[in-house]
Amino acid sequence: MTMKASSRKVDGVVIVDLSGRITLGEGAVVLRDTVKEISGRGEKKILLNLGDVTYIDSSGIGELVSAFTSVRNAGGDLKLLNLTKKVHDLLQITKLYTVFDVQDSEASAIAAFSR
Amino acid sequence: MDATRVSYTLESSLASVNKAEQTAAELAAKSGFDDDECGRISMAVREATVNAVLHGNHYEPGKRVTIFFESTPQALTIAVRDEGPGVDPKAVPDPLAPENLLKQSGRGIFLIRAFMDEVRFRTMDPGTELTMIKFVRGPNSGSGKEAHQ
Repeated sequence: MTMKASSRKVDGVVIVDLSGRITLGEGAVVLRDTVKEISGRGEKKILLNLGDVTYIDSSGIGELVSAFTSVRNAGGDLKLLNLTKKVHDLLQITKLYTVFDVQDSEASAIAAFSR
Repeated sequence: MDATRVSYTLESSLASVNKAEQTAAELAAKSGFDDDECGRISMAVREATVNAVLHGNHYEPGKRVTIFFESTPQALTIAVRDEGPGVDPKAVPDPLAPENLLKQSGRGIFLIRAFMDEVRFRTMDPGTELTMIKFVRGPNSGSGKEAHQ
C-alpha cells in the first residue's frame, strides 16, 4: 500500500523513481515532500518515473498537477516517465495528458530537458 | 432473483476509504466484471468514500460513513452515505474547463461519472447519499447518466 520514492541525478536531471500507490494520505504526501525537497535544493529539471506506480486516485492526480505547477513557477520543468496503462488512461480522461510532457524512455526524457 | 446485499458503517477515516475500495473490487470481480472494469468501479467507490469522509464528514470522529453494496445478475449498485452538510453536485466546477485543468482538486465526482453507468445524488437529513450503478451488460456503458433528487 505504501509509496516509495528515491532520487538520482543523470546529466543534470533529477530522476525520481516512484513505486506503489499515490493516493490521498501517505502516498500523496511522500510525492509532495519529495518534489518540495528537490526543488528546494535549487534543482530545475525533475523527471518523475511512474513505471512502478500501481495506482493513482484523484488526490494523486492533484499532487502531480501541484508538483508540475510549483516546479514551473520556480522556473524549472517537470516531466513524467513510463506511465502504466491505468495512469495513462487517467491522464487522458482528465485531459492532463497534453499538459504534462510524457516520455517513454529515460534517454529521450533527459534529452527533452535540453530542448 | 439472486441478489447479494451487504452494508458497512465505518468511521470517517482513510482506513475506511481503503476498506470501501477493497470491498468494491472484490464484489465487482464476483459480479463478473473484468479487471479493467473492477479497477474503475473500485476507484469510483474510493472517490465517493473520500468525498464522504473528507468533504462530507470532515474526518469528524462522531460521524459515520455507511456504504451499501447490492449485486444482482444485472448490476452492481453501491451507495455511499455521509452525515455532512450536503453537497450540490451541480455546483462542482468542471475539472476539464481550461481554467480548472491545473487545479489540485475537484476531479473525484468527474471520475465517478466517467467510470459508472448511473450516478445519483440524494439529499439526506443529514448528509448526502451517492448511488452508483454499473450494469453487468450495461445499456449505457461509456456514457454516465446522473439524476439529483
